[in-house]
Amino acid sequence: MKLYINSVGIISPSLQASGEWQLPRVDENYLTCIEPDYTQWIQPQQLRRMSRIMKMGTTAALMAVKTGASKPDAIIAGTAYGCLEDTATFLTKIIELNEEALNPTPFMQSTHNTIAAQIALLQNCQGYNQTYVHGAFSFEHALLDAGMLLTDTPAQTILTGGVDELTKAGHAIHSRFNKYRKQNTPYLISPAGDGTWAGEGAAFFMLSGANESTVAIADVHTFMASSSEQAFQQLDNFLKQNQLDTDAIDFLLTGKNGDQKNDLFYDQLIDVRFSDQAFGAYKHLCGEYSTSTAFATALAYTILKHQTVPVSVLNGSLNTPIKTLLIYNTYGPHHSLILLTV
Amino acid sequence: MSSGVYVAGAGALSAIGHSYATSFLALENSTHGIRPLSLLSSIYSGTLPVGEVKLSNEQLAAQAGLAKPITRTALLGIHAAREAIVDSGLDIKKWRTGFISATTVGGMDRTEVFFPDFLKDNTQGILSDVIHHGCGATTDLIAQALGITDFTTTINTACSSSANAIMLGARLIRQNKLDVVVAGGTDSLTRFTVNGFKSLMILSDELCQPFDASRKGLNLGEGAGFVVLVSSRVLQEENLKAKALLTGFANTNDAYHQTASSPDGRGSFAAMQNALTMAGLTTSEIDYINLHGTGTLNNDLSEGTAIARLFAEKIPAMSSTKSFTGHTLGACGGLEAVFSVMAIEHQCVFANLRFETTMPEVNIPPQTKFEHKTVNHVMSNSFGFGGNCSSLIFSRPSVG
Repeated sequence: MKLYINSVGIISPSLQASGEWQLPRVDENYLTCIEPDYTQWIQPQQLRRMSRIMKMGTTAALMAVKTGASKPDAIIAGTAYGCLEDTATFLTKIIELNEEALNPTPFMQSTHNTIAAQIALLQNCQGYNQTYVHGAFSFEHALLDAGMLLTDTPAQTILTGGVDELTKAGHAIHSRFNKYRKQNTPYLISPAGDGTWAGEGAAFFMLSGANESTVAIADVHTFMASSSEQAFQQLDNFLKQNQLDTDAIDFLLTGKNGDQKNDLFYDQLIDVRFSDQAFGAYKHLCGEYSTSTAFATALAYTILKHQTVPVSVLNGSLNTPIKTLLIYNTYGPHHSLILLTV
Repeated sequence: MSSGVYVAGAGALSAIGHSYATSFLALENSTHGIRPLSLLSSIYSGTLPVGEVKLSNEQLAAQAGLAKPITRTALLGIHAAREAIVDSGLDIKKWRTGFISATTVGGMDRTEVFFPDFLKDNTQGILSDVIHHGCGATTDLIAQALGITDFTTTINTACSSSANAIMLGARLIRQNKLDVVVAGGTDSLTRFTVNGFKSLMILSDELCQPFDASRKGLNLGEGAGFVVLVSSRVLQEENLKAKALLTGFANTNDAYHQTASSPDGRGSFAAMQNALTMAGLTTSEIDYINLHGTGTLNNDLSEGTAIARLFAEKIPAMSSTKSFTGHTLGACGGLEAVFSVMAIEHQCVFANLRFETTMPEVNIPPQTKFEHKTVNHVMSNSFGFGGNCSSLIFSRPSVG
């Protein structure tokens, strides 16, 4: 089942203009979103009550709807951590106020489904509404669900996206696991170093089973692997199921995050399976976060649509036309594959 | 061969019982499990009525064969999901098996241990307390304990989460992506949710009275409920006995308000109606509705109004088993699916405890006592914050 991408809405740490993606300025070991003027999208009265992730998620969704031709029939979101800032706020207040006289707003807004629910409210969409919260698979499983809905009824539009926010508490906790760069470096991926940059973002897609657009998500697969061999086996099976081999992949978009321990796997992947293929990376544009593959999918969409790979994304040379693009991301034992075609 | 989805096993853990069998006994005897809060440390300890599982984390970990406790949400889930698999009698390793869980709190119970020290100094707090904070991390812990590797995911649509987990499991089987899916939900009581619902002023300080004119709010609960869903091929080849068929399901959104349901229950009406359409059933063929029935003013009126509209011809027997277990949030759709399966297996309907007076706006009285009767089709409702509405329909294998 092909999921045709009719339109994209994205809020990320990078600026995007006509197929090019501008590298963000990095002063720290994290990237935060360049946020738009939300009043263009949401009424000030409603904005006042929204947390940052709510604004980012709903606005990215509204951007996708606005540029699309139709209203969504269903809404599916993926978010690993949901409304983290509200969660921390409510936890803090419970401790500070010793469980008494608490303001319910951060609790109400802390639930992971508030983003998809808010989009449904703003769009008055009473159809199917779903939120996946499975770590690094959250966005992929949203896509999988959209594909199943479109298999049943191709002629509908599913608003599908991934969103996660970077918060102070989240960054402080993840830093203690030595995930992030301790040294300031202007580049993330080449050369790799110790640790990555934290990131965040929101990307939503209007997906349809009917052929309106030329760029489509052809297949999605998630799996757990404890060794490279296991991962390669899964990759081979996935390509075989799609009647492809690695030679048929015109561009491999890897989830390299600049942490040399993490990127070893990708180097091996490229050496063993994609040595003749063009490849690149994207996390220097959005940072590392659980639903970064939503950003990667938006980037892949522009690559396929404009038939050009941004300079900072491409590693080595490129053969055009780019007809088939594979996003390969891994986050610990979690591996995911998103296959796009044009 | 039909493309039916069968329930081959079920497991339940809540304040009324630690197994499918003991939960049924409590439902049969109309014995609820709501008591003053005791295991969770809170200023509401000893006073707030809740449905706690009376097993400590150490006891649950020992039963699960774990050296030391992990997040309670995962421990509860392992207990109930494992029972469901054993009950099915199926060797899940032989088939393409998935695990779909739902939770609203994930590892919050451990994060609450971590957070006070972290708040004072962000280099403090024991990191092992926070590594399973994410909802997906708790699901991965359960899947690991069960040995399920083919597909694992987690859903959080607030109080309708685990009904959606079961629905997704059925869809994956119908589209032949998986053969077997263990699906349901788990949530532990946490200070986060107790205080959250307290701040919303929808907790009753007495025993809850769902669908009653004088209802004052809900009682929170905790637990886990899982079913083993199988395709007709698995059922036949493994010679399994089906407890029930999942014949209808629907997911809609009220799109009315972030935490309140629309007065006419348009979202719940659509969910029930769409599930009936899918099952090919008329309203008069539903023998029992396991209500969402939280006991709040808003939910019960909205759900009651939708039922009164949709089932205008004949109101079926209906009850909220939250009057036994409390509202188990991310677990309730799973637990109540298991109770719905029990109603079919034992041909009975359960009481809506402490009911006295019908809601004057809708005048639909729930079932007041346990009763044996013919039950061919059961509807299970789960609605949540954010307007998420889901209905499941389970049918007797011989008539489904």
